[in-house]
Amino acid sequence: MAAPVRRETDAVAADISMPSLKSLSAVSPLTLRLVAECPVSKARACDLALPHCAVPTPVFMPVGTQGTLKGITSDQLEDLGCNICLGNTYHLGMRPGPALIEKASGLHGFMNWRRNLLTDSGGFQMVSLVELSEVTEEGVKFKSPYGGDEILLTPEKSIEIQNSLGSDIMMQLDDVVSSTVTGPRVEEAMRRSVRWLDRCMAANQNPEKQNLFAIIQGGLSLELRKACLDEMTKRDVPGFAIGGLSGGEEKDDFWKMVSLSTDHLPRHKPRYLMGVGYAVDLVVCVALGCDMFDCVFPTRTARFGSALVPWGSLQVKHKQFAKDFKPIDPDCTCPTCKRHSRAYLHALFKNDTAAMHHVTIHNISYQLTLMRSVRQSIIDGRFPDFVKTFMKKMFPSSDKYPGWAVDALRSVNITLDQH
Amino acid sequence: MKLELTRVVQGGYRVGVLREVGRAAHTSMEVPGCLLYTRCGAVPHLTHDTLRTVSPLPPVTQLTLSTVAEHREVLEEYKDGFKKFAGLHDTALYCSLHDPVTPYPAGHITNKTVSVWGSGGRIELTVARFMALQKALRPDLYQSMADGETWQGDATSRKRIRKSVDRTLAHLDECLLIHHQTPELQGAEVLGVVEGGDSLEERVRSAKETAKRPVGGFCLDGFQTGCMERSLRTRLIAAVARELPEDKPRLLQGVGRPDEVVACVEAGVTERGCALTFDLDLSPDTERAGSAPPAVLELGEEKEETWESEQSGDVLLEDQAQTMTPFEMDLKDTKYRDDLTPLVDGCGCYCCTNHQRAYLHHLLVTNELLAGVLLMIHNTAQYNSFFRALREALANDKLEFFKKRVLSRKRVGHKEAKE
Repeated sequence: MAAPVRRETDAVAADISMPSLKSLSAVSPLTLRLVAECPVSKARACDLALPHCAVPTPVFMPVGTQGTLKGITSDQLEDLGCNICLGNTYHLGMRPGPALIEKASGLHGFMNWRRNLLTDSGGFQMVSLVELSEVTEEGVKFKSPYGGDEILLTPEKSIEIQNSLGSDIMMQLDDVVSSTVTGPRVEEAMRRSVRWLDRCMAANQNPEKQNLFAIIQGGLSLELRKACLDEMTKRDVPGFAIGGLSGGEEKDDFWKMVSLSTDHLPRHKPRYLMGVGYAVDLVVCVALGCDMFDCVFPTRTARFGSALVPWGSLQVKHKQFAKDFKPIDPDCTCPTCKRHSRAYLHALFKNDTAAMHHVTIHNISYQLTLMRSVRQSIIDGRFPDFVKTFMKKMFPSSDKYPGWAVDALRSVNITLDQH
Repeated sequence: MKLELTRVVQGGYRVGVLREVGRAAHTSMEVPGCLLYTRCGAVPHLTHDTLRTVSPLPPVTQLTLSTVAEHREVLEEYKDGFKKFAGLHDTALYCSLHDPVTPYPAGHITNKTVSVWGSGGRIELTVARFMALQKALRPDLYQSMADGETWQGDATSRKRIRKSVDRTLAHLDECLLIHHQTPELQGAEVLGVVEGGDSLEERVRSAKETAKRPVGGFCLDGFQTGCMERSLRTRLIAAVARELPEDKPRLLQGVGRPDEVVACVEAGVTERGCALTFDLDLSPDTERAGSAPPAVLELGEEKEETWESEQSGDVLLEDQAQTMTPFEMDLKDTKYRDDLTPLVDGCGCYCCTNHQRAYLHHLLVTNELLAGVLLMIHNTAQYNSFFRALREALANDKLEFFKKRVLSRKRVGHKEAKE
């Protein structure tokens, strides 16, 4: 069940046609091919072969929590070039429930999404819905917000639901603690996550079709993270996620944990950094060696009228755009920018939900385009220059560069021009 | 703009085509037909990509002044008219005064002004300001400013009704004067508005007088669903129709339910064959503001399935008078929870081709934005089909048969579909 090790010299892999890649994934539902590695930093560009289609990385995965990307149809998402998106086990497990989804041919059938799906285990909800939950060795007890009954989410139950959902990548159930928590709870959670990983692996009924990823925990402690990495990499899983970060911790601690993790994760398996989606964070974490990202931020902020652009963001609802007849980004080729102006969107926000959808489309396009550009720059061997240009566009002057980003990039030999 | 009757059928029914609509005189519209309802240029919930999955679309798009009045300054600065501003291409634009969906507060009309409600509150319009708006919008057709308030409640006095007719005529004359002095409105058509509340005498007077003016067509105001008793409405429409020239189109605003549409077609028909065009808002039948009821219009042409009327108490908190019609399915009903069939068999719209009732039910239960998008697509497609079927029935002398199927409250089996 191991993902076959492929070296770059298997660049003959470039000649492998899709059909033979498919026959390989009949053995393994995930195959990673390294397309290029940045000689300066830890960035890589890969091709991830998954059951529904190939996914070029680095990749940003939009989040469709309840079996839908808010306001966007499957066709629209496909047209934007999205190859993989997320669904959430906790939410879908509650409503409409795994039995119905299984009847509907899995989550793919239920939401009519032809490409890849990744499902989160429900672990994060332990943190976000902490009033409602209680963690024991058995699992997580949730009080359902829709009726007050108690649900026990065990590793086995989580995998059972994800098996019914039929996602291409499933996440283990992990014992998540907020990154701001300190003390023995952090170690307890980390050790338990390792035990739960084993239980999840044992519970997976569909290893030939569904990939189970481990999630590295350990909070902000170097030792604990390292211990977790040592343990989890002993397990034969097709991919690893870096979890427990992106929760409100100091960015200075955040990047160091990310970098430590990628240092100790296998080269030939994908690295998924969970919950990261701000443009600067994405670019820096690609430099630190991550391949996959997800975050609700771009789609959520869209609904508030915030459009993402290479120089930051545009609050379309603000008065200053009422008479601005340019599109959100004149260089953007998304359906929204091709047809509509900031002024029109500003007006529409006062009238109809369609305004949110226009900005959601734009923001997803922005994220996917950013990742495509990052990938191409790695393949072309100019990733460090890309980063420098990106930062220049994003910040009005170099003294505005976030300190943590400067440090993180320097740690992988990318020195930003500063005055 | 020319109304061409393609067929005069026995019993006086008429079916035809409205040609050379629009300043560029490119658009034709078959009548009886419905306009495409928008708020600030957007069909509720839909972007261009989701809208154009419905094909063909009504060739004339309707816009309400209440959703754009507050943007006058922006449009004046834009200088290119509303269609371009909103990214509406290949359509003729009709501007109505009030939103046919949303009732507006009474008591704000004066001899010289009417009010519309934008997102920031009440905007008072004199004819001069009204026309300044039209100049900035550059619609292809618009109704003149009118006093249509007499439909509020049944205690409207004769005196009040008479005033509304007088005022409306005065406004019309002033509008026409300004229209001819406004280069930006050359080629656009003005529709005179027939008022008169529930008074036969006043309705006839209004029609006669309005017909004397050089208008491109007529807007029959105050006949919205729920305004008056149905048989009264039928009589009044018939009386009005008798006074209006045959070769000009008549627009009836705010009549939504399919059975009412058929009744109004007949009203014109039994007395005189006339082609009625309908400005239909989809919202009240489908998604009422605030309580967002999950209804679906279900009128297959091939499969006439009319459901028995169902009252869902929790859905209709705001408006007890309006119950779910027999033409709607309440998808929030738990009976659809496991239903993996499309909304309407044979519908062919994007929603029915790609999704199932269970999925729509799930989206509604979880309050997901996509529900609105998919339902609007479906309902728009259904309405189009309904009008197509109505026109065919008229053209083939099958109105009685059509009526029976549309108005029947019994569930018609699939076998009776084709005759």
